Amino acid sequence: MAETLLKVEDLQAWYGESHILHGVGFEIGRGELVTLLGRNGAGKTTTLKSVMGIVEKRTGSVTFEGKETVSQPSDAIARLGLAYCPEERGIFSSLNVEENLMLPPMVRPGGMSLSEIYQLFPNLQERRRSQGTKLSGGEQQMLAIGRILRTGATLLLLDEPTEGLAPVIVQRIGEIIRQLKGRGFTILLVEQNFHFAATVADRHYIMEDGHVVDIMTAADVKQNIGKLQAYLGV
Amino acid sequence: MFELIGIPPQALFGQLLLGLINGAFYAMLSLGLAVIFGMLNVINFTHGAQYMMGAFAAWLLLGILDVPFWASLVLAPILVGLFGVVLERVMLKRIYHLDHLYGFLLTFGLALVIEGLFQWKWGSSGAPYPNPIPGGYNLGFMFMPTYRAFVVVAALVICLATWYGIERTKLGAYLRAATENPTLVRAFGINVPRLITLTYGLGVGLAALAGVLAAPIQQVSALMGTNLVLVVFAVVVIGGMGSIMGSIVTGFGLGLIEGLTKVFYPPASNTVIFVVMALVLLIKPAGLFGQTK
Repeated sequence: MAETLLKVEDLQAWYGESHILHGVGFEIGRGELVTLLGRNGAGKTTTLKSVMGIVEKRTGSVTFEGKETVSQPSDAIARLGLAYCPEERGIFSSLNVEENLMLPPMVRPGGMSLSEIYQLFPNLQERRRSQGTKLSGGEQQMLAIGRILRTGATLLLLDEPTEGLAPVIVQRIGEIIRQLKGRGFTILLVEQNFHFAATVADRHYIMEDGHVVDIMTAADVKQNIGKLQAYLGV
Repeated sequence: MFELIGIPPQALFGQLLLGLINGAFYAMLSLGLAVIFGMLNVINFTHGAQYMMGAFAAWLLLGILDVPFWASLVLAPILVGLFGVVLERVMLKRIYHLDHLYGFLLTFGLALVIEGLFQWKWGSSGAPYPNPIPGGYNLGFMFMPTYRAFVVVAALVICLATWYGIERTKLGAYLRAATENPTLVRAFGINVPRLITLTYGLGVGLAALAGVLAAPIQQVSALMGTNLVLVVFAVVVIGGMGSIMGSIVTGFGLGLIEGLTKVFYPPASNTVIFVVMALVLLIKPAGLFGQTK
């Protein structure tokens, strides 16, 4: 594995009184594409949110480039070079497409330019003056991904980017994610759609009840498919 | 023609001008209230007291340091805005996660305390502020005092500048986005707590600016903003909570409606705004320009 970019150890998280994560641990090397797989409620989304610092309470250790972030607020974490694309996409209805794209501030040099992002997502350029939430589901997903490419963030946290989208769009998003990996982005992907995840990821962490219960590399998946299906309940 | 319906034109236009000027103040004040509500989720009932503080700041700057009106127009809002920043940092930020009622109690209580302190120090009879541009024009059908015309134009400029700042600039985009989803905006690396403080400071500064503009028209007195905040709150509700254009249009519009009511049926002039509010809420609960969530 390449140099470790993100390392999570004994991560615990709470929503109000409910204890959601019970000691999650995993790591990602620079340039890797890693997924968190698991059933609904296994704690995948909460893990992403905890890494980003947007849960009410978390303990344990989350280091990014060796810096401990677990006690930092989310804006400080973002400025280290992490960018988050939420499951519900979080497109702002009071902003048009281009304002949505331009919203996240630059945190580091070396992000993609607006014209590169429009090359990747030509639909967004056509509709750049439309209200953000007037786009189709697929376009909104592309906007949510495109929005975090400008900032210079090196680690992208993508929460179920394929959820609720037509197969042809899912395929397009798969191509885009592969292109982003090719550009050197490190990606942590949360997915329910294992078939999609298997086409893009280097490694998979499988989560159950707020823990990581297994790790598989892309090469292991074929021979362990039965085990994996049991984990995911498919 | 006007005599046909029994209203002399001087009275009609005089009241319309008065309505327009009141409307200008409603618009400026409701704008600040709307922006603050959008960001802080707090209805700032201290707004009237902060408007009064603006007028007092100008009056004190003139009386003690001999600062002219035009300099106070800039200085007073900055001073009162900074007071707002302190208020937000020390008190308001502690109640954002609570029910609206707590915000109401805190800001309403603060208004009472501030007004009480000013009343204790300077009494409630009020002091005059000299008119910086005396004189006026005879328009044929009415006399137009220069300063009043200036206030209407200044209020329009201030309202449009605020609208531009919020709808067309980067800072405004942060503001709009943070109003919708502060958690996500913060996760993009924007310091949302600081943005909230800044918003409150700007909203309070806007109230103080209105206060400075009001000083030469009204008596500068501790209670000059007390009743105003209720009307302005009604304007925000009619315009639609959090809608910028709604606040501007509704502010001017209601000032005019109030003026017309004074001409045609004076006893209703104090209540007409609240009647309009009740009607609007019956037909469009989110307000004229509001979006249902």
